[in-house]
Amino acid sequence: MKLKATWFDTIIVVIICLISLLVILPFLYIIAVSFSPPGDSMAGNFFIWPKHWTLDAYSYLLNANTFLTSVKNSVIITVMGTLLSLFVSITLAYALSKKFLPGRRIMLLIIFFTMIFHGGMIPSYLVVKNLGLIDSYWAVVLPAASSAFNIMVIRSFFQSLPESLDEAARIDGAGEFRILYSVVLPLSKPIIATFTLFFMVQFWNEFFSAVIYLNDTSRWPIQPLLRQMVAISASNISAEAAVDAQLAANLGPNVQNAAILLAMLPIVIVYPFLQKYFAKGAMLGSIKE
Amino acid sequence: MQRTLRPKRFNQLWPFYLLAAPGILYFLVFHYIPMSGLILAFKEYSPFKGIMDSPWVGLDNFRQFFGTSDFYILLKNTLLISLLNLIIYFPFTIILSLLLNEVRLKVFKRVSQTIVYLPHFLSWVVIYGITISFFGPSGVINHYLSQWFDGNANFLVSNEWFRPLVIFQSIWKDAGWGTIIFLAALAGINPEQYEAAKVDGASRLQSIWHITLPGIKSTIVILLLLRLGSSMDSNFMQIFLMTNSLNLDVSNVFDLFVYHIGLEQFNYSFAITVGMFKSVASLILVLGANYAAKLLGEEGIF
Repeated sequence: MKLKATWFDTIIVVIICLISLLVILPFLYIIAVSFSPPGDSMAGNFFIWPKHWTLDAYSYLLNANTFLTSVKNSVIITVMGTLLSLFVSITLAYALSKKFLPGRRIMLLIIFFTMIFHGGMIPSYLVVKNLGLIDSYWAVVLPAASSAFNIMVIRSFFQSLPESLDEAARIDGAGEFRILYSVVLPLSKPIIATFTLFFMVQFWNEFFSAVIYLNDTSRWPIQPLLRQMVAISASNISAEAAVDAQLAANLGPNVQNAAILLAMLPIVIVYPFLQKYFAKGAMLGSIKE
Repeated sequence: MQRTLRPKRFNQLWPFYLLAAPGILYFLVFHYIPMSGLILAFKEYSPFKGIMDSPWVGLDNFRQFFGTSDFYILLKNTLLISLLNLIIYFPFTIILSLLLNEVRLKVFKRVSQTIVYLPHFLSWVVIYGITISFFGPSGVINHYLSQWFDGNANFLVSNEWFRPLVIFQSIWKDAGWGTIIFLAALAGINPEQYEAAKVDGASRLQSIWHITLPGIKSTIVILLLLRLGSSMDSNFMQIFLMTNSLNLDVSNVFDLFVYHIGLEQFNYSFAITVGMFKSVASLILVLGANYAAKLLGEEGIF
């Protein structure tokens, strides 16, 4: 096919460039403000290139105890959540990928029904509360440990592996756990990588369950803290209600935007790795049995 | 050899049940036990008596809910946001997919896809933070408004701006991501059709109209029905963050109401009643959407 650019191609490229620019500009602006002294951005005399550079906002945040604690909490929640989700989802999806397993249909039904009906916010809250999980990291991690969609995608991956593989291992005398661990999992690196990254993103971004399950704000991960930091300027939350009055008092646009940037930093770092896989993953999810 | 080496008896099968156990336990505890909590919708919950011993009140909670003007406001706000998403966000996603599909330069296509997918992975809090930086009282837009037009707008605390902002956020965050499924469908169209159209002298626009769009028709129908099926769900996280006491007239949706009544005022029974209404209505909508898909000769969602 010859690639001669027509006016049609030009228009399309221009439109897509405009859309991409619209996506990128907010990032550039956030970065610029975070590196500017507060006076500059309030005067608004720049847009994406700071007039004066300063690292004040970052050095302030990296010395603020409340902020560092929230980062630590986020890391703990992300690690716990990712490991637990991987464990729960992979084991269940693997068992359900075995067509010979009696009771498989009922288990699938139990799982898929949760896609179309759920008890809702308050009954879920009561369960977490009655389990005594309020104010522990588990309250954020456990209720989000898996989902019907994850099970469906991982299961369809396992089903695509040749069955003769485990039969050969069985003939060699391997037990079922041994087969899963030394034969199936090494072959499943793409799906494990995909979901490791998905789960990391999910738990790092977790916000609402922290708000409702963690009354003890010293356990708060970064997202709810970030919300308070940015909402103060939108006068949604009064400074007195802020987690850390000292933090609130020092909030300038530079500190707020630096916090936004730090809260999205891990995502931006894993994104290139994620991108390699997710298109395939999203496709897998749309394939039906 | 006909005899396969598949585990058949329980002493061979138990490892699989053991593997399934944590996951099944998870679904039972965190999805099914909450469903049993729905009986509180028919009771007047008293913390001293517990769930089981609280007195039954029949349909009183439902009568009370449907009797208030709150119900109609919540229904209107919830459905309006879904409807606006349906007529603005959804076509935008399709158009963006068609545009990306027409790009012939592979490198340009890949780079622009990478860019438009990215916001999907950011948290709603980050999106909210960016929104404040732009639309907040001291945000960049207000700065230029006051500089050029001698005025400013209270985007975040006004009824008029709530819906446009929410729709704009949805498009910015997810429209790029939403193209994935359409692009997959578009990749499945037989290239010979385009060749044939070209031979017949069709323009690019004509090919889009007569080949590309019909080629993804069934994907559009399914996704449209899925969206209709979820019209009772507004994106709660997004709305929770964007709401405040000054725009509550337009921002109050079912989930938000449940949060305020249940977790701030501790009126569990009434909050569960509202939540249950939403869950049941959603269930009916999803099943209805699936039925409609089958009527239209599509495969259906399940």
